[in-house]
Amino acid sequence: MSDAEELRADDSTNGPVPQPDTDAGESGAVTAPAAAPVRRRRRRRDDIMVPDAAFDSYYGRSVVKPAPWDYKIPTYLYSGGLAAGSALVAVGAEMTGRTLLQRNARLTALGALGVSTVALVADLGRPSRFVNMLRVMKLTSPMSIGSWILAGFGAFTGVAAASEVAKFVIKPDSAINRYLPIVDRGASIGAGFFSAPLAAYTAVLLSNTATPTWHGIYRELPFAFVGSGMAAAGGAAMVTTTTRQTAPARRMALGGAALELTAFRLLEHNAGLVGEPLPQLRQGKAGQLLGASTALSLTGIGLTVLAGRWRPAAVLAGLAFNGASATLRFGVFHAGIESAKDPKYTVVPQKERIAAREAQAALSWSSNASTPGALRPPTSQSPQELA
Amino acid sequence: MQWAAEQALAEGTVPDFRWLIASDVCKHCTHAGCLDVCPTGALFRTEFGTVVVQDEVCNGCGYCVAACPFGVIDKRKDPTTTGAARQVEIGIANKCTLCYDRISLDAKPACAQACPTTSIQFGDLDEMRERARERVEALHANGFTEARLYGANPNDGVGGTGSVFLLLDEPEVYGLPPDPIVTTHDLPDIFRKAGLAGLTMLAGAAVSFLGRGNS
Repeated sequence: MSDAEELRADDSTNGPVPQPDTDAGESGAVTAPAAAPVRRRRRRRDDIMVPDAAFDSYYGRSVVKPAPWDYKIPTYLYSGGLAAGSALVAVGAEMTGRTLLQRNARLTALGALGVSTVALVADLGRPSRFVNMLRVMKLTSPMSIGSWILAGFGAFTGVAAASEVAKFVIKPDSAINRYLPIVDRGASIGAGFFSAPLAAYTAVLLSNTATPTWHGIYRELPFAFVGSGMAAAGGAAMVTTTTRQTAPARRMALGGAALELTAFRLLEHNAGLVGEPLPQLRQGKAGQLLGASTALSLTGIGLTVLAGRWRPAAVLAGLAFNGASATLRFGVFHAGIESAKDPKYTVVPQKERIAAREAQAALSWSSNASTPGALRPPTSQSPQELA
Repeated sequence: MQWAAEQALAEGTVPDFRWLIASDVCKHCTHAGCLDVCPTGALFRTEFGTVVVQDEVCNGCGYCVAACPFGVIDKRKDPTTTGAARQVEIGIANKCTLCYDRISLDAKPACAQACPTTSIQFGDLDEMRERARERVEALHANGFTEARLYGANPNDGVGGTGSVFLLLDEPEVYGLPPDPIVTTHDLPDIFRKAGLAGLTMLAGAAVSFLGRGNS
């Protein structure tokens, strides 16, 4: 049995007018939040469809809370994508006999994974309790699934990197060399198995929140993020490895960057109101970062296409791809935080949802004299609802 | 107070402002986003149907903060009081427990106990909803047609809330979301899209290495 509390708000006809501590304009919103505790005229229904229309809020204060995360989380997203893509580069290199590329990609994967894990742990309010992440496995919690993916990926990547070191350390006539190829291949396959989930789940992590922009772009964001991870990993291989072995890495970087740019354009196009913090020409941290990301991606693509076989150009292109990947994660991160701080992005889409539902109810129940409940589906009993 | 309000209404001298009061209590959703996304199992549903954080288990990842459609739960950043009991809560998620300790001993939550006007009431959820509906009807009969219930519908996006509110304006005026939907409602689709993206990545990597030009 559940318990409940009822809260009653009562009218009062006199009393001092409270002076609100309004933070209007702080979030750079187009719409002015309530500036005075005066009851405003209730909006006409038509206004709801106009994004710039005034909307009600409690002195412009946010409805949902922004995620209590800082730069460590986008760092984690970027390095996780780099690690995942690099593991795939390593698998491909192994299967096509590119030993140098294989070694460098494995070491890159391990290094990036280290950064990623440290960033994730450091972001916790209680880092010493990180292992609590592994006390349950919850499918409804992308953070839980991500921790398990990270653990699985980490185990295989660690073995793969250890295997690379062993090739230097172990004497050629040692008996271990009989088993090393098996371990090596197993580590490759294992890391490869976890790589795609690692790259894609970071988008789920952001989207499965009440943060309006992150949730609103969930259809395209994983494509932008895996593209970004591929571009970063291909780019890292172009930096670390001679151009003789990096033709596939260049193709992967180009394909990844193209996927990232395409998915992101699509995402901005489909996002509607909650996409407002994203556009690159708009001022603000998110817009600047995302603008930089596009510019860096295009730079990387240009350099790779024109001079990808010339090492200095390849190195520059690789760095540009990684810069693009990092700024994309930071830009999306900040756009979400901005969207959570401004009540507009929470309230307006929800009001539109209600209006659409009412319109549908009015259409299908047009013969019914009573007004269907504003917040309820037509099946519920709520004659009191007068919205 | 109500008499004065009614007279002002009759004379057409209602001032252009009014008090709207609500507590920022946890809604104790039937479909609780915070509980769904908690990676440690620190958030759990109690035998009373309420949602509570176990502060010994929470590792302060903050995911519940971003998942709550009402903006209720938050990470404690500073010690607001001194003492060992509070120190343990710094950095971890904190929210209203509907006084889990008190209701376990058949006492009312402190807010309901302390409220001098019984504006905050506590009891069985069905009974509370019924009482709230009667109160809305009474208000409507008295001309307060803007009175409405919030959270009393078990078919809404969060499956109804354990804390039901009687509002005198649109929910957003109180800082409440007008149509909250638990974020995990879309999670199956979110996972599908991510799965497709993951397959795209694998295909992209394969094509990159199968392609010609083995320079």
